[in-house]
Amino acid sequence: MIFRMFLPITFASTIAASVVFGEGLGDAGKGTKIFSKCKSCHRIGNGAINRVGPHLNGIFGRKAGTIVGFAYSKSMVRAGVDGLVWTAETLDAYLENPKSLVSKTRMNFRGLKNPQARADLLAFLRGYSDEPINIPEAEPTATKTDLKIDPAILTIKGDPEYGEYLSGECKTCHQSGGEDDGIPAITKWPEEDFAIAMHAYKQKLRQHPVMQMMAGRLSDEEIAALAAYFKDHE
Amino acid sequence: MKMNRRSFIGTVTAATATLSAPMVMGSGKPRVVIVGGGAGGATAARYIAKDSKGGIEVTLIEPSRAYYTCFFSNLYIGGLRDINSISHSYGTLATNGVNVVHDWAIGVDRAAKTVSLAGGGTVPYDKLILSPGIDFVEGAVEGWDTSAQNAMPHAYKAGSQTELLKAQIMAMPQGGTFAMVAPPNPFRCPPGPYERVSMVAHLLKANNATAKIIVADPKPKFSKMSLFQEGWAEHYEGMIDWIGEDFGGGNVSVDPAAMTVTIDGEVTKVDACNVIPAMKAGHIAHLAGVTDGNWAPVNSADMSTKADPDVYVLGDSSQQGDMPKSGFSANSQAKVCANAVRGALTGSKVFPAKFSNTCWSLIEINDGVKVGATYQATPEKIAKVDGFISKAGETAEVRKATYEESVGWYTGITADMFG
Ligand SMILES: Cc1cc2nc3c(=O)[nH]c(=O)nc-3n(C[C@H](O)[C@H](O)[C@H](O)COP(=O)(O)OP(=O)(O)OC[C@H]3O[C@@H](n4cnc5c(N)ncnc54)[C@H](O)[C@@H]3O)c2cc1C
Ligand code: HEC
Repeated sequence: MIFRMFLPITFASTIAASVVFGEGLGDAGKGTKIFSKCKSCHRIGNGAINRVGPHLNGIFGRKAGTIVGFAYSKSMVRAGVDGLVWTAETLDAYLENPKSLVSKTRMNFRGLKNPQARADLLAFLRGYSDEPINIPEAEPTATKTDLKIDPAILTIKGDPEYGEYLSGECKTCHQSGGEDDGIPAITKWPEEDFAIAMHAYKQKLRQHPVMQMMAGRLSDEEIAALAAYFKDHE
Repeated sequence: MKMNRRSFIGTVTAATATLSAPMVMGSGKPRVVIVGGGAGGATAARYIAKDSKGGIEVTLIEPSRAYYTCFFSNLYIGGLRDINSISHSYGTLATNGVNVVHDWAIGVDRAAKTVSLAGGGTVPYDKLILSPGIDFVEGAVEGWDTSAQNAMPHAYKAGSQTELLKAQIMAMPQGGTFAMVAPPNPFRCPPGPYERVSMVAHLLKANNATAKIIVADPKPKFSKMSLFQEGWAEHYEGMIDWIGEDFGGGNVSVDPAAMTVTIDGEVTKVDACNVIPAMKAGHIAHLAGVTDGNWAPVNSADMSTKADPDVYVLGDSSQQGDMPKSGFSANSQAKVCANAVRGALTGSKVFPAKFSNTCWSLIEINDGVKVGATYQATPEKIAKVDGFISKAGETAEVRKATYEESVGWYTGITADMFG
């Protein structure tokens, strides 16, 4: 059976680094093959148990980090507490770059950069969720879209001097030495991951209210400046 | 190449000279003097010294050798922190290029651009930053003045006052009464008195469960009121009696000798009493002549005073607009000010002002709440842009995470202030 879905356009268009989706539909059949990348750690289907990663039955609509008996990272539990729920949007972001959505996730997986592969995989995963929520179904009139995404936001060259000034606001809470003590460390992140994470707060995809507020008023240039500064910060 | 090398050596020598002899004149470098080594002053000193890389001579005047943070001092009262954990020294600032002078500033001559010290002598400045915190308005609570602060502590400047208050609460007889006289607006740390009530209740619940708490408050409402009241009902049922303006909470007098509190004509004998009087800018800001009424009006873009472009006021003493008087705010303002002062003195780039604040409060162990906002500089004032507040009825795990976050913030901000 082939399951068809639409990509989460709003999210992808502003956050994802990818450029153009020729095909907006996910194919669960193809997703089965892609799931082989996950199999070493995750089980899915009848009687699936937790392995290195938690089982993925019923993942859609589930709060992050909530399978009882699985030892999640503090970051993942925290993300769930802050309100992260697995939907097409959030799963797409997590699978594209796990650490940009959940900073210190234990999931040792580099991410699936290909948006079509993610769409196919999501279609596959969704088949194992009883109550799939939040998945935009294909409008009958919109079976195919050529979506142009402006990658410019992520290519802005940040001014590290401006970033250093702006970072003063971050350092009231985030320790500049990079210690992680109740509040996560933010130093030495790859620039793009940093920018994506900040844009995810700005779009209210990442949940934390303080961070949504702080990121909410940063311009694209300012986010780039911070990313440029923290990348090298000792 | 030669030029560079020589001037580099010159800078190092000058910096060393300044460290060992704070009042040496004529090093030729611009001089910034900062009065008060708290949330605003320590941050400003650290950032100016750090970012100017020796290009500015930075002198910090602060009488105490140890700074006890008011933030988390309520947690000390509640028994969650020991007193040493809220004490910070100026050692790291001193080794990082800040001239720390342990003395009181007793006067400012704005024409001569000097600050005079209690220990004698004057310190010249090109730019002066005052961050002296608060002092109390005389006669604000009938029957109380600072000579009564041992019988009825304010504990609103942390340290021995905080320890005294805790000792008095611990010494209350079983079933005794603790009273708080809360301050009118504006005052430092709007949720501070109510976090304190929570922590006193926490302490009493464990040691003296039949004790009572009375709060006389001149205000009809207070910061995070519904969250506190929800928490008090849940954790300390029947223990706390908050008497607001509507019930005569503002009509209050105390008798420290007799240990009585009179609220709206009704006299109550109390066993411990925390009087938090109305506040005003630290005395030195008044002496400097930069105040108007109780506070020092400042320009929102750089925290310079309306009275004198070379004198800046940070933190609690300033009258800036919408920001609450908090350690977070003072730290935020200090960084904007440091950037502007450095720019004015050395021509470094000045970036637009951005301010923010978040205040966490602890209601009971692992039951933390928070309120916060971002601010921008407008021609009239520092104006609120956007904000949030914890919600009533949040789950226990959210509240616990909020508390843990506040612990992280404490470590973060104290490192940001003192290095
Ligand atoms: C119980 C309580 C709880 C609080 N909790 C929080 C909280 O959780 N979060 C938060 O953000 N804020 C909190 N605050 C508020 C916070 O402590 C203040 O807003 C903050 O310290 C203000 O910084 P400041 O630089 O203006 O003054 P201060 O930090 O008070 O520093 C002033 C310094 O100036 C020195 N000084 C004064 N006069 C002179 C002089 N003439 N010469 C030399 N030095 C002088 C003093 O010794 C002092 O060290 C709390 C306050 C209280 C009382
Ligand atoms: C190397 C092992 C590994 C691989 C490969 C891996 N994961 Fe994970 N995954 C984990 C671990 C471990 C966690 C728990 C993460 C944490 O606690 O931070 C996790 C968590 C998750 C979660 C969140 C589950 C929850 O209950 O909140 C999802 C969804 C997920 N993985 C999907 C995938 C998918 C889809 C793939 C394949 C593309 C994949 N993972 C590949 C190890 C892996």
